[in-house]
Amino acid sequence: MSQYRPSQLFRNKTAKIAAIPMILTAMFVFVGGTIWTITYSFTKSGLLPKLKWVGLKQYDRLWATKKWLVAIENLALYGILMLVLVFVIGFVLAALIDQKVRFENTFRTVILYPYAMSFVVTGLVWQWMLNPEFGVESIVRELGWDTFSFDPLYNSEIAIYGVLIAGLWQGSGLVMILMLAGLRGIDQEIWKAAKIDGISTWKTHVFIVIPMMRPVFITTLVLVTAGIVKVYDLVVAQTSGGPGISTEVPAKYVYDAMFSGQNLGQGFAASTMMLLTVAIVVVPWAILEFGGHKKHG
Amino acid sequence: MNSVEIKNLDLHFGSVEVLKNLNLEIKKGEFLVLLGSSGCGKSTLLNCIAGLLEITDGQIFIEGKNVTWAEPSERGIGMVFQSYALYPQMTVEGNLSFGLKNAKLPKDEIKKRVDRAAEILQIEPLLKRKPAALSGGQRQRVAIGRALVRDVDVFLFDEPLSNLDAKLRADLRVELKRLHQQLDNTMIYVTHDQIEAMTLADRIAIMRGGQIMQLSSPDEIYNKPKNKYVADFIGSPSMNFFEGDFKDGTFTKGDLSVPMNGYDFITAHTSDCRAIFGVRPEHVITGELVTRSPVQATVTIDLVEPMGSDTLVYAKLAGENFRIRMDGQARVKVGDQLQVGIDPTRASLFDATTENRL
Amino acid sequence: MANNSKMMTEPRGTKPKRALSRNNILLYGTLLVIGIYYAIPLYVMVVTSLKGMPEIRMGNLFSPPMEITFEPWVKAWSQQCTGLKCEGLSTGFWNSVQITIPSVLVSIAIASVNGYALANWRFKGANFFFTVLIFGAFIPYQVMIYPIVIMLREMGIYGTLTGLVIVHSIFGMPIITLLFRNYFSSLPEELFKAARVDGAGFWGIFFRVLMPMSVPIFTVAVILQTTGIWNDFLFGVVFTGPEAYPMTVQLNSIVNSVQGIKEYNVNMAATILTALVPLSIYFVSGKLFVRGIAAGAVKG
Repeated sequence: MSQYRPSQLFRNKTAKIAAIPMILTAMFVFVGGTIWTITYSFTKSGLLPKLKWVGLKQYDRLWATKKWLVAIENLALYGILMLVLVFVIGFVLAALIDQKVRFENTFRTVILYPYAMSFVVTGLVWQWMLNPEFGVESIVRELGWDTFSFDPLYNSEIAIYGVLIAGLWQGSGLVMILMLAGLRGIDQEIWKAAKIDGISTWKTHVFIVIPMMRPVFITTLVLVTAGIVKVYDLVVAQTSGGPGISTEVPAKYVYDAMFSGQNLGQGFAASTMMLLTVAIVVVPWAILEFGGHKKHG
Repeated sequence: MNSVEIKNLDLHFGSVEVLKNLNLEIKKGEFLVLLGSSGCGKSTLLNCIAGLLEITDGQIFIEGKNVTWAEPSERGIGMVFQSYALYPQMTVEGNLSFGLKNAKLPKDEIKKRVDRAAEILQIEPLLKRKPAALSGGQRQRVAIGRALVRDVDVFLFDEPLSNLDAKLRADLRVELKRLHQQLDNTMIYVTHDQIEAMTLADRIAIMRGGQIMQLSSPDEIYNKPKNKYVADFIGSPSMNFFEGDFKDGTFTKGDLSVPMNGYDFITAHTSDCRAIFGVRPEHVITGELVTRSPVQATVTIDLVEPMGSDTLVYAKLAGENFRIRMDGQARVKVGDQLQVGIDPTRASLFDATTENRL
Repeated sequence: MANNSKMMTEPRGTKPKRALSRNNILLYGTLLVIGIYYAIPLYVMVVTSLKGMPEIRMGNLFSPPMEITFEPWVKAWSQQCTGLKCEGLSTGFWNSVQITIPSVLVSIAIASVNGYALANWRFKGANFFFTVLIFGAFIPYQVMIYPIVIMLREMGIYGTLTGLVIVHSIFGMPIITLLFRNYFSSLPEELFKAARVDGAGFWGIFFRVLMPMSVPIFTVAVILQTTGIWNDFLFGVVFTGPEAYPMTVQLNSIVNSVQGIKEYNVNMAATILTALVPLSIYFVSGKLFVRGIAAGAVKG
């Protein structure tokens, strides 16, 4: 046996080399990039990043800009409604399909296919569906209800709901799949025991099964939230932020500021705010999930 | 009046026949065990009795009432599952009372029943705990408690001890027997474990391929198995079998010849036939008593398994593997010549074609 | 004998169930209504894309085309204008192909090796970097985009295909690495040990033992990445110029920036064309697609 003992650094050398892309990415891009952006949000960057410190001035400006306020308001409205509705729809669909219906595959295929499509496609599709000339409104009128009016995308007040409808159409399939997987993980004998006890099916779902599915709910919640904050392509395609600025969202604000508004500072500040929003949800979840298992790096 | 009656029960899944023309009568207060290997239909039958599975044809009566179309909760039964199936997010008390609350029973009635069940099962200190904080044995008691509070006449058990380790299983087995003695309810119990069946049952129904092979007391099943399958199933190590000819009251195979004098025939046995002769390892006579046995032979020992309490000896007789159970203190070794004796009155004889007892 | 006649009228066998029971109607009815809500947009798009403009102007979105024409499709593919060029979506299509294939290959190559290293070769710091990676998956892209733009510019590849491929690989890493790590962790460790006893090294085990066993997970990864990258919009629009726009970006500019008469049938044909690739993957892969989402979502 050789006396030579490779130092710790060279143990599993190949593995470490192979993992270099991951390490580089994690540190440079994710951590480094984020820190860079946050740092520069405190500077007076315009067309180009300029390292001139201005404290919280960008943030003051941000929160004084109507467009941003509308964007945040929209995100909150869209976010909360989307979250609640996508869970309700997703769970109900999963519960219905779980009743050993025939054609389960068909239903699942139909409900999930929107998820396979780009947000751009979804946005465009629903732009047309909500078009008064030949969308839902015109159809219902054709069916006889002459006075039916349904053109949310032309109404600043409620345009965001049009975006919501599109978002729900795309996203509920995903939630349904996750809920269905969770439902199927429930021990069959629990259902039997509840039947013997005489508990009705819906009550069994609500009082026994849903509490048992807490981990699935939480995971889905985090995923959906992360996705909601990022909503961008959908708005761009469906409404371009309009009418006016009534469907602006933070992600779009950031892009416009950075690439068409020549206002990098604002863009950085806005994206930092987006980061904060996500962190508010993700960090507590992470502590909850992984707090017990500390990872010593 | 019988406690549970099953008449001509049939169960098909598509074209697969799972239960075939089953008939069963269970007396009040009886502890009936459905015993068999996987896939024999015992759990399926239990689920049918419970109403969790719909039957294709036939009728089920519980306490004289036709429950064939009744919901499980209306059948007057309580059920205990293999995985306990306790509601994980509720306390023990919650688990016990949930069904009763759902049935809109008055609060004091619910409390009365929960307290009584807790007392009988000795789980009073656990009432405020959640299932995750209980041991396996405690969980099983809560599961039984959930059936108890339903104030029913018939209890169904679906392999309740299979999830427990050996020691716990033995302890709970005794507790179950005590419980049955105390409550005197009808109990229908499914298991694949022979020991559980033999120790707990008033009668055992051995099932195979959706049919009942024999329905008798443990004693009869052990001593007078009705067919070869039952004879082979019960007993560990299993019975020794020899296939040969039965002619003029004597069984012969090779140089093994057994005059069946004193054997308790259950058929007319008038004609000669191919037959299977069976004798249990523990009924093979060794030692001093061999000289007084009706049939005697000498075998060479191939293998010895000392188990402490007994010694298992493997040899060959009439060309077949022959297992003998001897006392743990017996001094035998491979290659020894051993004198053995067979008493036909304790043996079994089956028709080779039908495999039914002669 | 009185018993027998009684048995005739008493319940026996299967409980008679009306196929149209109230529960069933509710169940299938709800599912049907919801199914329609989901299917209608697709139906409308297909139907409209096959009609000529005059027919569309007559209204009634739902009626099947009286005269089926594929002209809108031809126009969408080869004649629509983006900016100055009028070569239709075909440009975007080939761009998307050029973007997607390398990106999928590179991202999966890196992520699978990463996942393998994490699952089977414990080394110091592995878990820490991995955790950072996963957190990175939650960070809104907008936060990291500009620094990446700068980096690519410095490297001289901003606006090129290579740059975009790198970007896609970077952002695909967290989820796909997780996917592979979980999969490799679920394989019996004895396999790995036996291979090491046989003298195989890092790459040897990967290529000769694990990869042959991992066809399903590679398939799932390919499905996930192809769908995600093909459908991407943000990176496409930030990191490429109009010449190299992927199909999604081109689609958006075609439809939303056309002034004057909107040719809805052409637009819809264009939309369907863009969605065709991921939809086909979806319809063909079915259960695997579902498995991919579920696997990626169930973290740890």
